[in-house]
Amino acid sequence: MKRPQHARPRNEQADREIDENLKRAFDQIASEPVPDRFTDLLKKLKEKEALEAHNPHQLEEKSSDD
Amino acid sequence: MTEAAPDPRDELVNHLGALRAFAISLARNSATADDLVQDTVVKAWANIEKFNPGSNMRAWLFTILRNTYYSFNRKRKSEVEDADGVLTGALAQKPDHDGRLHMQDFNAAFEHLSDEQREALVLVGAGGFSYDEAAEMCGVKTGTIKSRVNRARARLTELMGLEGEDKMELTDTVTAGIVAQQSAA
Repeated sequence: MKRPQHARPRNEQADREIDENLKRAFDQIASEPVPDRFTDLLKKLKEKEALEAHNPHQLEEKSSDD
Repeated sequence: MTEAAPDPRDELVNHLGALRAFAISLARNSATADDLVQDTVVKAWANIEKFNPGSNMRAWLFTILRNTYYSFNRKRKSEVEDADGVLTGALAQKPDHDGRLHMQDFNAAFEHLSDEQREALVLVGAGGFSYDEAAEMCGVKTGTIKSRVNRARARLTELMGLEGEDKMELTDTVTAGIVAQQSAA
C-alpha cells in the first residue's frame, strides 16, 4: 500500500485555531456599531424613492434609459 | 401592486456589520472597505428585484461586494496596496487566553495570502458559508474553493510556524504585550 503523498498530515489543530481566530476577528468587526454614513445612506435611498414615487418628473435626468 | 409584501431592502441594515467585516478582510484597509460597503448597498438597493426572496441575502450581498472589490482592484491595479491591518488589529485587541496564534505572526501571514485565498478562507472559515455556497458566490467550482481554503490554511500554518510539536504559544507575557501596545496606540 502506498502512503498518501503528503508527508505531513494536515494539521487539524492549526486549521482550527486559524478558523477560530479569524472568526473571532470577523465577528468582532461585524458586531461593531455601524458607522452613521451607512444608516444615513439607507435613509437617503428611501427618501429618494419616496420622492420619485410622488414626483416622477423631478428626477427625470437620472433615469435615462437607452 | 404588492404593497403588503415585506420589502427585502428593509433587511439590508441587518447585514451592514457583516458586510464591513467581509470588506475589511478583502481590502485590509478600512477606508476602502467602507467605500466597498457603500457601493454594495447602493447596488443592492437599485437591483433588489434581482434578489430572490427567501434565498440567502447575506450571500447575495457578499457576492455584490466581492465583485465590486475585484473591479475596483482591476482599476487601481498599479496603485500601492495600503493595508492597515484592521482585521488583524481586531485580533490583537482581544487575545484569547487559550488561543495559541501569535497575533503579530498572524497579521503578517494573513497579508501574504492571495486575494482569492483570503476570500475563500474568510467565507468558509469565518463567514459560516459552506464550500458550495462560497463557490457559487465566487463563480468557481466547489473544488476550487476547497483547494484555495486548504492552501490558505497551509500557508498560514507554515508562515506562523504552527506545524510540528513545539508550536508557538501565545503566552501571558505576549498577550500582555499586545494589549499594552493596543491601548497605547
